Amino acid sequence: MSSEIELLVNKDYQYGFSTDIEADALPPGLNEGVVRAISERKREPEWMLEWRLKAFRRWQQMTEPHWSNVNYPAIDYQAISYYSAPRTAKPLGSLDELDPKIRDTYDRLGIPLHEQKLLAGVAVDAVFDSVSVGTTYKEELRKHGVIFCSFGEAVQEHPELVRRYLGSVVPYSDNFFAALNSAVFSDGSFVYVPKGVRCPMELSTYFRINAADTGQFERTLIVADEGAYVSYLEGCTAPKRSTNQLHAAVVELVALDRATVKYSTVQNWYAGDEEGRGGIFNFVTKRGKAFAGSKISWTQVETGSAITWKYPSVILQGDHATGEFYSVAVVNNHQQADTGTKMIHVGRNTKSTIVSKGISAGRGNNSYRGQVKVLPKAANARNYTQCDSMLIGNRCGAHTFPYVEVQNNTAIVEHEASTSKIGEDQIFYCKARGLSGEQAVSMIVSGFCREVFKELPMEFALEAQQLLGITLEGSVG
Amino acid sequence: MIHISELHASVGEKEILKGISLEIAAGEIHAIMGPNGSGKSTLAQVLAGHPGYEVTAGTVTYNGQDLLAMDPEERAQAGVFLAFQYPVEIPGVSNAYFLRSAYNEIRKARGEAEADPLEFLDIVSERLKLVDLDEAMLNRSVNAGFSGGEKKRNEILQLAVLDPRFAILDETDSGLDIDALRIVADGVNRLRRKDNAFLVVTHYQRLLNYIVPDRVHVLVDGRIARSGGKELALELEERGYDWVTAEPVAGV
Repeated sequence: MSSEIELLVNKDYQYGFSTDIEADALPPGLNEGVVRAISERKREPEWMLEWRLKAFRRWQQMTEPHWSNVNYPAIDYQAISYYSAPRTAKPLGSLDELDPKIRDTYDRLGIPLHEQKLLAGVAVDAVFDSVSVGTTYKEELRKHGVIFCSFGEAVQEHPELVRRYLGSVVPYSDNFFAALNSAVFSDGSFVYVPKGVRCPMELSTYFRINAADTGQFERTLIVADEGAYVSYLEGCTAPKRSTNQLHAAVVELVALDRATVKYSTVQNWYAGDEEGRGGIFNFVTKRGKAFAGSKISWTQVETGSAITWKYPSVILQGDHATGEFYSVAVVNNHQQADTGTKMIHVGRNTKSTIVSKGISAGRGNNSYRGQVKVLPKAANARNYTQCDSMLIGNRCGAHTFPYVEVQNNTAIVEHEASTSKIGEDQIFYCKARGLSGEQAVSMIVSGFCREVFKELPMEFALEAQQLLGITLEGSVG
Repeated sequence: MIHISELHASVGEKEILKGISLEIAAGEIHAIMGPNGSGKSTLAQVLAGHPGYEVTAGTVTYNGQDLLAMDPEERAQAGVFLAFQYPVEIPGVSNAYFLRSAYNEIRKARGEAEADPLEFLDIVSERLKLVDLDEAMLNRSVNAGFSGGEKKRNEILQLAVLDPRFAILDETDSGLDIDALRIVADGVNRLRRKDNAFLVVTHYQRLLNYIVPDRVHVLVDGRIARSGGKELALELEERGYDWVTAEPVAGV
């Protein structure tokens, strides 16, 4: 394979710096005391602590799942620190009180937290290690009745909403990593959009792991009340470190009747070096529940992490609900990804669309794993799945594991799959028209991912393209 | 314009071009004919810089520059164009975007301003007429799902937009019906000028009824077995390639 392509996909990870900041961290190890300590640091009410403890006790009885198509050394859960917060992270009166070092970190990441500097129309919540360090545009959102704050704040200020919806989509007993998260989650974002309100701007959370040997366990809960609309973006980076770090997040989406929730992720956790040393273990549970006539749409661009284990799913609970999953997953060097979705059709006339694009380079291993399940009462359920893989080089792998389970014979379920290779011929063709090898690869890859990129909000589409190591202004949209 | 001298090229261990010498001046059209496997397409690909071929000996000078030392994209930027025998598909990339990117790269290399999408649309719309293609094809993915004829016409559209100095047409006529052939040939004839040159590679004489060459060269087994004026093509049509193969190699 042409070395040019390899050079291009091997671009250096530019977010690999770390910030030297004093942290309030718990010592490594996990027991009930640690769960209590986290809850105490966050001054949580009793019900929240109880929920964590139930989750922890459940987790102790569970074993780590190993059915995915990835290999990694055993994780020592006692060697991880479960809480790290910048020492200065007291509740902030305003963003101006934010530690300048943290602000610099976000500036270097290209996420200015000064509201006036932000791109119009995007409100940002920044999560640094275990805690949220600032949310922008809060006041503006409050005018529309939209609540956008850190999870910790929501527990204090909107306990009734948190209690009603927390665990309603992903119960603490759901799986090993979800149970762990439920026990030790430290922060995350909370969104509530009231009935009939169209959230006036994109909401965005930027997750940054900074401290070494720390796990990040954030929890996001988004509730769109009847007829509401919200579009939410999530970005992630971490410093280069030679040891693996665990990231086990939970995201729950609730779309009540006729609501729309659009959730977009650009995941660029540190992927490890060329030999496969270091990098984030990304074990994430993301799921949405779509009630009657509502729509939940997941779009993800996964370029980072040593290991990705992630299946953003939709339970199509109500009649006429719609679920969508658009995904680009890129693996290079020794990265492994086992990602896909689950579409569970419960209601009648429910519809789901799955478009998955896997790109494998180097010695990367990319698996699509998707489940389409049509329950007995889901008359006229409809699913369309398209699953394409692109290979760059001869040492990478692409795998597809579709599971289809249909219990209602009025359902129509379609699955299409393809595998292609970036060919020398395609590159030569572009070069013979005056384009550089870099432009050629960028064009071919972006063309391959076009159906997914066009689902991303504009700012994010641009970032996603950059993440793929490519410049392709103009070809998206 | 272009001077090819004793050019040898191989794929792996197999030598395909065994010493080709050829000179094409500005304003000229030369045709390369020959039986299958004689090295016609290899010559076209080598001139465009395909990495699959290794040049083992010989030189190619293009407007005073050492063409073989240039990367394929540098050749294109310097005004060399290859109309592919098998145009490549690039799914998801619109024809308009592809063509504008190429156009702007070449403009940049010439020190000219890049065209924005609207300016480019004007340029390309006018060129579309030349090959009788509809504007709708600009929004389709590059060659994906195109018929054989559309692909070939798309190559000539690119030729028309990129305005090269030296264009190589690699069996552009194969797979075209007579109407499409005429459209393609008309396009080329209208692009013909005093300051550009064409090398037309073809298996059949048919195309040369429409694009009338100044010189015809017959390639046999990696060598030019015979050169002549446009009558040579007619003679070949009548007598077949065996006739050339059987004759001793004439001086080029």
